[in-house]
Amino acid sequence: MTSDLIVFLVLSLVAISTALGMLFSRNAVYSALYLVLNFVTVAVFYLLLGAPFIAMSQITVYAGAIMVLFLFVIMLLGAESLAPSKALPWQRPLATLLSVVLAVEAVYLLFTRARSDAAIAPPEASLNTMESLRQMAMELFNLYLLPFEVTSILLLVAMVGAIVLTRQEKGGQK
Amino acid sequence: MVPVDYYIALSAILFTIGALGVLSRRNPLIIFMSIELMLNAANLAFVAFARVYQTFSGQIFVFFVIAVAAAEVAVGLALIVEIFKTRKNINIDEMNSLKG
Repeated sequence: MTSDLIVFLVLSLVAISTALGMLFSRNAVYSALYLVLNFVTVAVFYLLLGAPFIAMSQITVYAGAIMVLFLFVIMLLGAESLAPSKALPWQRPLATLLSVVLAVEAVYLLFTRARSDAAIAPPEASLNTMESLRQMAMELFNLYLLPFEVTSILLLVAMVGAIVLTRQEKGGQK
Repeated sequence: MVPVDYYIALSAILFTIGALGVLSRRNPLIIFMSIELMLNAANLAFVAFARVYQTFSGQIFVFFVIAVAAAEVAVGLALIVEIFKTRKNINIDEMNSLKG
């Protein structure tokens, strides 16, 4: 067993247990903090896969901006834990059963039908980060220029939408 | 050397945990977090394959997914805050006003 396989297994253990912790915490603040840890672990996976720019974006955008927004809203609404409701009592066991079936099916198909021989080596110690970043930027701004511009419009629309949704009407109740 | 299958299996497991969260939790904020987890699982698969095929397209796609997720969270949380302001409750079992 090579060292990078051990690193992978330990990190995936952390990733899966933080995801389960997010799912089963009673308190939404703990869920959000577990999810931050999960995002950081995935960012380390991106570093192992030789994608430093994506790893840093993951930490700043997901673990930073998005989760801070989540924590603000959880604390603003006081929605740390909701009273349990009895509307659909059969839903949780059914969901658990179906999810287990989905996971078993996906992993089974992956290892029987879609088996790939490719293996991922850890990034070379001599990896030139600036050079790989430059290549990625060349591709982003040449081949994917139009999607990039569409994304900027999408972010503008989301920003305007969020402001319009939460704005108080002047004089009116809302 | 880590086989790429391991990364895809991890991605599938994380995605399933996210799907379980969407189906079984009643707090819309937790449901949102589970959706983020599912997006992350898909991103992990993208980056793993981008590494296998030595291309940047996968990484660029992940970059776009992160931008879309940020936009989705901004609008979604604004909607949740707005629903809370009008109904004083965000339990999704009670959001059935459109039900006939």
